[in-house]
Amino acid sequence: MKKQKITAGERFRRWLDGETDIMESLMDFNENPYVSHHEAKENKRIRNRRIDESTSAKRMMSAERKGFRVMYSVVAVISCVSLIGVLLFVLANLPRYGVENPRTVEVVSRYVEKGVSETGAVNIVAGMILDYRAFDTLGESHVLFTALVCVMILLRKDRKNMSGVMDDYYTIAKERFHEISTESILRLVGALLIPCIFVFGIYVLLNGQNGPGGGFSGGAVMGAGFIMASASFGFDRVDRVITQKLSAFIAFAALSFYSFAKGYVFFTGANGLENHIPKGTPGAILSGGLILPLDIAVGIVVAFTMFGFYSLFRRGNIGGQ
Amino acid sequence: MSLIDGVKILLLILLIVCAVSVNLTKSLLQAVVIFMSYSSVMCLLWILMESPDLAITEAAVGAGVSGTLFLVTLRKIREADRDFEETKDNGR
Repeated sequence: MKKQKITAGERFRRWLDGETDIMESLMDFNENPYVSHHEAKENKRIRNRRIDESTSAKRMMSAERKGFRVMYSVVAVISCVSLIGVLLFVLANLPRYGVENPRTVEVVSRYVEKGVSETGAVNIVAGMILDYRAFDTLGESHVLFTALVCVMILLRKDRKNMSGVMDDYYTIAKERFHEISTESILRLVGALLIPCIFVFGIYVLLNGQNGPGGGFSGGAVMGAGFIMASASFGFDRVDRVITQKLSAFIAFAALSFYSFAKGYVFFTGANGLENHIPKGTPGAILSGGLILPLDIAVGIVVAFTMFGFYSLFRRGNIGGQ
Repeated sequence: MSLIDGVKILLLILLIVCAVSVNLTKSLLQAVVIFMSYSSVMCLLWILMESPDLAITEAAVGAGVSGTLFLVTLRKIREADRDFEETKDNGR
């Protein structure tokens, strides 16, 4: 086919009208536009096979593969060594562990001295991550939520992701068959452990401002409890509690509560320290002002995310069809 | 050197052994189990370094949830392999 010369303005007008692609003359497409896609593919395969079968091409390919292998190992060693060198260099410049250094001692002493009175949390770590530096924790929760959304997009078995309806029914029946034959040891251990796991998770979640723990740890423990329940008793029982709508709604509500509560505090109080919930006596369960609700919100997001990961990996949806 | 320091050094050596042997094992199942044991050792180390909240998270996420996800993925891969073999055999 002969190519006709078109001016730039003409091409732009055509592109605006949607007649042609502007990159058409710049990129190397099929020489003959009238050859169909399948024919072009077939031609290419035959040509490639002819090239592959010649001995010189074979020799070249093996040499190429060898060269690639050598280059790969050289580049890998160099990048590994340089990464280790950079890390060791940074490590050598860090302040020594346990020795006071003037750059961080101001912030640390402020946290240690005024932490309890300003945040109302006995556990200074909780006061830091959910009050002084709550923005970091907000970002972490959003990262988890985004990861859940991505896993849902990739692994969810709906009509778009399946090759056919029959395939769908087949896999569901197979999963059911595997689920029915659960072991009795697993059931017994599950029945003994699951209540303990949930009590421990709720304790860690609610006690974040007084002792070690908090939203993320408590939520992770509770998510592990959900996973244990679904592994030992089958998905049917867990589906009664957690459905897809419920989990999506609760995770969204918890995240938006966190965002609004903390965003409000960030925009009104200069230090992000003022809130309208009374701080209470330090050491009690209901203390720490906004820290306890934020802990609960983070814990809910983390627990549902953990179970959602497991459920999506295992069978491709949350809470049944 | 007190007893605690000795235990710490022992655990750190175990950590390095775990980290290296994950790369050297051929079986994926063994690699997952070693990875989970790495997390358990790390959990003990967090407790010895006086950060129990990190220890709880490490035990729940590192040794529990992520290991479970790896195991589930491994099972999926094996199922897919078996299905592929079956269809290949039927096709012949």
